[in-house]
Amino acid sequence: MIQIIDLCKSFNGQLVLDHVNLVLPKGKITVVIGKSGVGKSVLLKHIAGLLKPDAGRVLVEGRDINHLRGRELYDYKLRLAVLFQGGALFDSLTVFENIAFPLREKTRLPESEIAHRVRQRLEEMNLPPEVEYKFPDELSGGMKKRVAFARAMVQEPEIILFDEPVTGLDPPMASSVFHLIIKTHQDHGYTALVVSHDIPEVFQVADFVAMMHRGRIIAYGTPPEIQAHPDPLVQAFLHGEPDFLEA
Amino acid sequence: MVALLRRLGCWALGLVREAGGMMLFLLEGLALAFVPPFRFRRLLQEMYLIGVRSVLIILLTAAFTGMILALQGFYTLKQYGSEGALGSAVALSLIREMGPVLTALMVSARAGSAVTAEIGIMRITEQLDALDTMAVSPMQYVVMPKLLAGLITVPLLTAIFDVMGIIGGYIVGVILLGLSSGIYFSEMVRSVVPLDINGGIVKSLVFGLTIILVACYKGYYTEHGAEGVSRATNQTVVLSAVLILAWDYLLTSFFM
Repeated sequence: MIQIIDLCKSFNGQLVLDHVNLVLPKGKITVVIGKSGVGKSVLLKHIAGLLKPDAGRVLVEGRDINHLRGRELYDYKLRLAVLFQGGALFDSLTVFENIAFPLREKTRLPESEIAHRVRQRLEEMNLPPEVEYKFPDELSGGMKKRVAFARAMVQEPEIILFDEPVTGLDPPMASSVFHLIIKTHQDHGYTALVVSHDIPEVFQVADFVAMMHRGRIIAYGTPPEIQAHPDPLVQAFLHGEPDFLEA
Repeated sequence: MVALLRRLGCWALGLVREAGGMMLFLLEGLALAFVPPFRFRRLLQEMYLIGVRSVLIILLTAAFTGMILALQGFYTLKQYGSEGALGSAVALSLIREMGPVLTALMVSARAGSAVTAEIGIMRITEQLDALDTMAVSPMQYVVMPKLLAGLITVPLLTAIFDVMGIIGGYIVGVILLGLSSGIYFSEMVRSVVPLDINGGIVKSLVFGLTIILVACYKGYYTEHGAEGVSRATNQTVVLSAVLILAWDYLLTSFFM
């Protein structure tokens, strides 16, 4: 279980996270929704250990990740994978090398086993075998996301953080990525945080939904609870009302 | 007046902060060379990109520099009837000053800017963050091999520059202007002492580290998308050139 307690973060005097409290239950998918710029990705980067909070704590199974050092921090990162918004594929490496990268760096598996696992992930992501020889700039947006997803999955992580996994994709491709999240979650049972503003598609993957507004969590619950939430801000966001953008 | 002083103070503080940040960055980068995994393969890749791929431009620059030195030197020395000292003048100019400085400027323009752009793009496309989340230190995987490659290849490129410059001087001085080949080389051997060569090597080591440090640092802390990468690349070339010349003055005064 991941607990975020009173997390605060400012950039150049501007408060981005304002006492955020959130729980990500073990083995469940928690989706954080909210309009652009409310601090969703900043929250994700705190859980990934990429940003240090000004105040507050991120507890993973009771241990504050900001106090982890050396081997403990290394072990935490081995349990974690992040699917970045743009994929963050290494552009000097082929698709095969990108997916094999975490295994080559962090394990002593023989090349034959690495190749087997890479091809297994490619197949799981419905990617054709010939794609393994391509470089990231030769791939479409949807393919990049799926390769990045394959790279995240090849580490067999316990926690996966998805930063806007379908932004920039056409609706069928977005649906395909959400379907892959559901399928892999069923197969592997990881704990996930999905940051997205794709309503209502994200509800199909969510066990729990939290809504952020101006650096705070203003609503939390199961998808039906959020859809029936009494807060007018939540309803305005869910229905895409333009007034919400000014609120 | 107060506003001007305040702005000056802010600028000076920013400069000190940046210098301090760069020094810590360098120490961290070099310290990681002694922490496993040692990444020899990455080091070889960077030596190829920074060193081997700079060889052609170094050869061209060196040949023309040697030829110009010989041409200018020959007619100047001829006025005093000392054209026999041409070999010595060309070699000393190249080994002490022109070789290290021009090699560094060329490497900075070719490889320094490329290093900044590469790391800057990795920063803005979150590739450095991706490394971090995979428990791979971006400093060790990306920066450290480049720093070591700069430290190793720039002195070697300087040596190539010196030799090629001397050959360029030979072509103009001996083949085109008719100076005796024996005099060209014997004067060179007589006048160049180990201190000149050592000084050139020390300079090239310092320049190599400076160029790649500036390039990595500017790339690593790139912000604001493609425009940020462009600005960082520009700053790398300008700052490297200024630092090379400033270091050159300091080191020359030390060796003189």
